[in-house]
Amino acid sequence: MLVNQFLILAAVLFCIGVYGVIARRNAVMVLMSIELILNSVNLNLIAFALRNGSADGHVFALYIIAVAAAEVGVGLALVLLVYRNRKSIGLEELSEMKG
Amino acid sequence: MVAQNIAFGIVAAVMVWGALRVVTVNNVVHAALWLVLVLAGAAAQYVILAAEFVAITQVLVYIGAVMVLFLFGTMLTRARIGAERELNNKSWWLGVPSSVLLLGVITLALVSGFGDEELPKDAAVVSTQEISDLIFGPYLLPFWALSFVLLVAVIGAIVLARKD
Amino acid sequence: MFAAPQAAAETAAVALKSGWFLDNAWIIPVIPAVAFALIILFGKKLPMKGSELGVLSMVASLVLAGGAAFQWIDRVNSASEGQYIEPVIRTWNWWQSGGIDLSIGQHMDGLSLTVLVVVAFISTLVQVYSLEYLRGDRRYTHFFASLTLFSAGMMNMVIADNMIQLILGWEIMGLCSFLLIGHWWEDKANSRAALKAFFTTRTGDIGLLAGTSILFFSANSWTRENLGVSGFSIRGLSAWALSGSPGSVAITAGAFALFAACIGKSGQFPLHTWLPDAMAGPTPVSSLLHSSTMVVAGVFLVARLFPVFYEGMNIYGSSMNFITLIGGITIIIAALLAFVQDDIKKVLAYSTVSQLGYMMMGLGAGAWLPAVFHIFTHAFFKACLFLAAGSVSHSGSHHSFDMKKDMGGLRKYMPVTFGTWVISTLALCGVFPLSGFFSKDEIIDNVGYAGYDIFMIVGLVGAFMTAAYMTRATYLTFFGEPRGVLAGGHHEEEHHDVHDAHASDHGGHETHASHGPHESNALITVPLVILATLAVGAGLLNAVPFGEKWENMKKWVEPRPVVVGDVDRAAIGELRGFRTADTLPPDTVAITEVIATEDTVVAGEEVVSPDTNMAPAPLMATVAPVEGGEEATAYAYGEGHSTEAGGYGDSHSSVCGKKTPEVGVCHAPYVKHAPFKWSKAALSTAIVFLGIVLSWLVSVQLYTRKRGLVVGLTKRNRLLAAGHGFLVNKYYLDHLYEKVIVRGVAHPIAKGAYWVNQNILDGVVNGAGHGTKGIARWVYRNVDQRVVDGAVNGSGTVARGAGGALRPVQSGKVNQYGALLFAAAAVAGLVLIIINT
Repeated sequence: MLVNQFLILAAVLFCIGVYGVIARRNAVMVLMSIELILNSVNLNLIAFALRNGSADGHVFALYIIAVAAAEVGVGLALVLLVYRNRKSIGLEELSEMKG
Repeated sequence: MVAQNIAFGIVAAVMVWGALRVVTVNNVVHAALWLVLVLAGAAAQYVILAAEFVAITQVLVYIGAVMVLFLFGTMLTRARIGAERELNNKSWWLGVPSSVLLLGVITLALVSGFGDEELPKDAAVVSTQEISDLIFGPYLLPFWALSFVLLVAVIGAIVLARKD
Repeated sequence: MFAAPQAAAETAAVALKSGWFLDNAWIIPVIPAVAFALIILFGKKLPMKGSELGVLSMVASLVLAGGAAFQWIDRVNSASEGQYIEPVIRTWNWWQSGGIDLSIGQHMDGLSLTVLVVVAFISTLVQVYSLEYLRGDRRYTHFFASLTLFSAGMMNMVIADNMIQLILGWEIMGLCSFLLIGHWWEDKANSRAALKAFFTTRTGDIGLLAGTSILFFSANSWTRENLGVSGFSIRGLSAWALSGSPGSVAITAGAFALFAACIGKSGQFPLHTWLPDAMAGPTPVSSLLHSSTMVVAGVFLVARLFPVFYEGMNIYGSSMNFITLIGGITIIIAALLAFVQDDIKKVLAYSTVSQLGYMMMGLGAGAWLPAVFHIFTHAFFKACLFLAAGSVSHSGSHHSFDMKKDMGGLRKYMPVTFGTWVISTLALCGVFPLSGFFSKDEIIDNVGYAGYDIFMIVGLVGAFMTAAYMTRATYLTFFGEPRGVLAGGHHEEEHHDVHDAHASDHGGHETHASHGPHESNALITVPLVILATLAVGAGLLNAVPFGEKWENMKKWVEPRPVVVGDVDRAAIGELRGFRTADTLPPDTVAITEVIATEDTVVAGEEVVSPDTNMAPAPLMATVAPVEGGEEATAYAYGEGHSTEAGGYGDSHSSVCGKKTPEVGVCHAPYVKHAPFKWSKAALSTAIVFLGIVLSWLVSVQLYTRKRGLVVGLTKRNRLLAAGHGFLVNKYYLDHLYEKVIVRGVAHPIAKGAYWVNQNILDGVVNGAGHGTKGIARWVYRNVDQRVVDGAVNGSGTVARGAGGALRPVQSGKVNQYGALLFAAAAVAGLVLIIINT
């Protein structure tokens, strides 16, 4: 097995996630794309852990899983709040930051 | 080794396909289900990479908990479940050049950086004990910080989502 | 050159005594910490709303601290003269991260026990006092919870064995200070004061973190190798500082950074401005936190890590250093400010700042013991003064603190308060038999003795001013005619703007106005009397004028500057937990005797030399370095003892702090002690009496007789008016901080960002749209209409399109920002790859 086959798989997933973040207008879908990005990072960590023969990468992969869980929890709470206030979760509507 | 490579190829193909579907389908629930496929694929890759504990955690936390959260979130914010026309925004096309450019750059860097480097063969599976020794040893401080993040997230989610 | 056998025998290590209280002193902060949790969780359901838990935990801590102090005295007495008295250190691993072990533990020595006893004692009295003072308050339970947490934090800081634990306690105190100053936060002024205190001390606290890091990274390898402790350990840092190995840049930078934290916490110039504002809190808080305990944390830190400051600030090295300079400036400017205050608590607050300046100046001039002793005595009389002020406002002036408007003539109504106030005032001024004399006069004396002549004069001037402003405050409060509410005038707005929330909480106290001023009840007067008694008597613990026998604090508290053969080098690992001398294997003494019987020190040196002896034999020998020739004062401490005026522990001949010890380590530098002279004491006493008398005469003329010559002098004379205005505006330091620095830093940034937003971003987007639209219109009207009608018809639309295309850059749409981010990242990555290949 090459190192690169895992790394490039992760890169592909990452870029698909980036596309999703940019292209989607539904907030839940954007969160899902972010999950893709996080998973690709995890894949990298595990691959490097095997390559370097240390378990440190595993520890941080676990930490990332935990952070992702927290992120999804808060993110969905935000989405819920937005939905309650606006009856919509389209991200275009959240443009008070407009310059 | 061949078997592993074949397994990797199949799983990788499924993951890429699933990921593409996640960002293209017009139905939130379907997207979530495709995401399950990708996450399960990632778990399989972890097993191939001798990381069984992480694989199990991936299944438990991601597929078990996070996906349920997503489905709940979808149901709470959508009156009906079904296809919608406008899931992409108007400037969705911006995503194509950005991500392709990014992919190109990363691939270039990876190929020039790692080339044909092989992963060590028949590496021992990393035991759970090893991981826990690390978590509760040198990485205890990040673990604490993480516990704190989770606590804050729980409180924050409650504060944000409760009806008052 | 020769070690006389009997001298050696004298200094041979005796097993030091210890005891349960001393070994388990870590329990002391744990008790209030637990009590805090209980009060927060169950306080409101308890019969006394949680206050009983607070008081009980304080009493328990006091008992334990007292026990530990007695056992420490026992330990000191059990040691032979000239023996280094090993502090009782215990450590446990708290956590480890990235290969750095962080420990938690106790470091019990004279200094920590002194402050510990003071904190426990004053906390107990103040909590008892608060039972009455805050009766019926809206947040009674929370008040006691915060007070208890504060005590836990301070005690934790005091017994801390390493810097991380010390920072923990330090920050807990800061938090509690914030909570308690803002106790009546409904009043805008109070919450502002709380924020100000928090931010100002935080400014200094950056230095604490920076200094700790600097010292850790410079010291860690040395302490690991030589003492087996981490570079956070206080003991390790002290020994490292005196070992001669630290580079001067590292230790100077570390000392300056730490001192910045001390400036913030202990209200030294120029960060003293928060302390007077902190008087917005309830009076017990001012008494406990902002006069007697919390604000001495900075002084404590300097005393605790004295070797670091000693080396880093070059104490004794010249006639001025940074610590004395700051301390000296603080003494004078704070004392001047105290003259123009009408609020009795603010007078006391500036007085506190000024006294903290004395402590700092003392430490900076190497007068370690007098400074620490001043912490001790100052705590009693200043706490007493604040509590008396609180008593006045509670039962006399109807919750007002304004001396000019609402006080006067109170001595008839409040005899106990008046008596304790006067005693404490005299103690503060340093009148002879009272406690302040024995500490403050010693500071001034030693500062001069150590060669800091200018600062001795500063100290004397400060003493004069202290006497004067305290006389003025006393006169305004207790003498003359009753004014304001006392005289029957009900000007409600006065007391409401001072203590709005408080007064309205005190439904029952509204009746006081009709009863007129009266003495407070026993819960208030008993603490006052106890504190006043100590203000009289505490000085006798180190009464230098009465001879050596009376210098108990010096014997008990001051660390002895002895070179210690390293015990821990062998003990790394198995003895980690417990490092008192009495746990050493019995052969320690035997080995020491072997050294003692060798006739040359050189032979002894061979035994203990670190080069030859990495062997496991644990040594507790006190071996001085060999300088050869006539300077060969082998057992440094003992020699000093015999030659200098018989002074116990006169340490002039100790090598610690002068040069690098060749064998073993030092834990404390030598300090000079000025011999007591009655002539000097008479001079300073005369100055104090002069201050009192002059101030009394002026006060009588000014406030009672209203003699035309003096009244309004500050308005008539332009120079005096300018000075007065300068003082009333507190040297414009607040203006400097708020108007100049905060605005100067924050405003331009905000303004610049706003400008960029308005002019550049908006300009690019809108300007591109509107500008081209305008051009298009112009083109339409002039060129189009007159020259080529129709040919350029589309240009307007094109321009509008251009504006429309640029506008989405600032769309406020998350997706597009994301696209920009990732595209930029990709481009940056590409650039990096191109550069690197």
